[in-house]
Amino acid sequence: MTCLPTTAGSKKLGLVIDLDICVGCHACAVNCKEWNTSGHSAPLTDWNAYSDDAEEDGDEGAWGVWFNRIHTYEAGEGEDARTVHFPRSCLHCETPDCVTVCPTGASYKRVEDGIVLVNADLCIGCKLCSWACPYGAREYDKTEGVMKKCTLCVDKIYNENLEEQDRVPACVSTCPAGARHFGDLGDPDSDVSQLVAERQGYELMPEMGYKPVNRYLPPRPRRTKAEDFGAPERLADLALRVPAGETTSDASGLLGWLDTMLSR
Amino acid sequence: MHPALSVIFFTTASGAGYGLLVWLALHAALTGDANPLIGWIGFPLALGLVTAGLLSSTFHLGHPERAWRAMSQWRSSWLSREGLLAVLTYIPALLFAVGWVLLGRNDGLWMLAGAVAAVLAMVTVYCTAMIYQSLKTIPRWHNGFTVPGYLAMAMATGGLWILPLLALSGSDLQTMALPTMGFVLLSAAIKWRYWTATDNAAPTATSGTATGLANLGTVRLLEGPTTSETYVMREMGYRIGRKHAVKLRRLAGFFGLVIPIAVLAAVLAMPGSGTMAGGLVLLAAISGSVGVVVERWLYFAEAKHVSTLYYGEEFA
Repeated sequence: MTCLPTTAGSKKLGLVIDLDICVGCHACAVNCKEWNTSGHSAPLTDWNAYSDDAEEDGDEGAWGVWFNRIHTYEAGEGEDARTVHFPRSCLHCETPDCVTVCPTGASYKRVEDGIVLVNADLCIGCKLCSWACPYGAREYDKTEGVMKKCTLCVDKIYNENLEEQDRVPACVSTCPAGARHFGDLGDPDSDVSQLVAERQGYELMPEMGYKPVNRYLPPRPRRTKAEDFGAPERLADLALRVPAGETTSDASGLLGWLDTMLSR
Repeated sequence: MHPALSVIFFTTASGAGYGLLVWLALHAALTGDANPLIGWIGFPLALGLVTAGLLSSTFHLGHPERAWRAMSQWRSSWLSREGLLAVLTYIPALLFAVGWVLLGRNDGLWMLAGAVAAVLAMVTVYCTAMIYQSLKTIPRWHNGFTVPGYLAMAMATGGLWILPLLALSGSDLQTMALPTMGFVLLSAAIKWRYWTATDNAAPTATSGTATGLANLGTVRLLEGPTTSETYVMREMGYRIGRKHAVKLRRLAGFFGLVIPIAVLAAVLAMPGSGTMAGGLVLLAAISGSVGVVVERWLYFAEAKHVSTLYYGEEFA
């Protein structure tokens, strides 16, 4: 059934991504591919993987199915501009149109934890769900002829063959910077909910009305003053005495000549 | 949006086919004339266009053999409703065709079958249009012009295609030429309003809201996630249409509006249905269909998907 569950449980499993910490290393995307290429939606196929101009599919460039994509943005102007690494995957929305537009019932939202999944045995590969997703989270598998998407590692988070601390999505367990968190965002007392409250975590494109579950933690304000990062006051005074930049305008004679030559 | 030829062919061909079915039913209701020539050419043409369109959209699927499953989710999915309605329309349409072609009758119950087929045909076109209009992710589709546009263009192309059949059978062209002209003008008016409204519409979302970084300033893509194009960039990030939009709109207007209106005006001004008139209305039908195909190509190619905000677009 592609109607959304009317008796949705209070459990909303999702990710919290800290944009202040993410270093843009793509490890989460790589481990996602690694786990999921033999997981619930296996395999995650690639086209022209070793060439940028092969005509294998009558199309240029390498492409394939990935559930997680890492973008890098620049925001602001001049000195205040910030570089922000931005991992993007399915947000497991509460009211996802990608589910309701599905004509076959292949796309569904789980009642018990809110995870949005695709049943590859029912999918006809019409791609309409990918059109309905504002976040570009669904990717079509050209080889298998079906749509694929982030499963929140449904085959890992409940896997009793794994140690308890490993029962988190692959992207979370692999992040070397600790920028990714996993938990129940429907429970206000959970660690992730607390983190979101503390850091003013936000949802992407709220104006679309899809009510995404995943949250993003904004980059912290830039710290430029000594007291911002707990340095002693006296260091602040010292900082003021350091010349803002070196100048050679008063150099004359041999040094002046050297300066001119070296500045060429 | 990437303009897939199969979808453009499906929406334009099935639109013309369903429109023609409505005009055949109108002809039956208004004249009661079960002219075999109109029936023998009209039904294969109408149902052929519809069937060819449906087959082309089916073969475009990743798993065509599972297409039947698409009729199961009519409670939530417009695509499912469209599939179901398309199949249901065949029942009265085939009865209507059998009565007219094999029994030479299109009155009484046979006419009723035609009326039911006409209503279902328009409901099917409505469902097709709703597939696009319901997508909040594509602002150029998610507005009140999509459904009226699809319905008016189905009626206009259907009307343009019944005129050559009427000319061939020596029937009067005037009765059908006037309302067809009305639908051609209505289609053009809707399209004109659609273009002016969507060209000047405020953005639905921006790169700032997509990333949530708007408070830091203008958000620009510094580095994409891949060195070549992803599925999302291939499917949603089509730019060529926007580049040539003005020229293509003129072409759509020339073939879809100017030529058909000129021919219909000539037919209305000079009563009778000679060979000359027959040739002219056939030309108008072909030209009108070309115009609608160009329009439909633009409808896809000009549409910007909000997911492109993650790939460098500033607003959508």
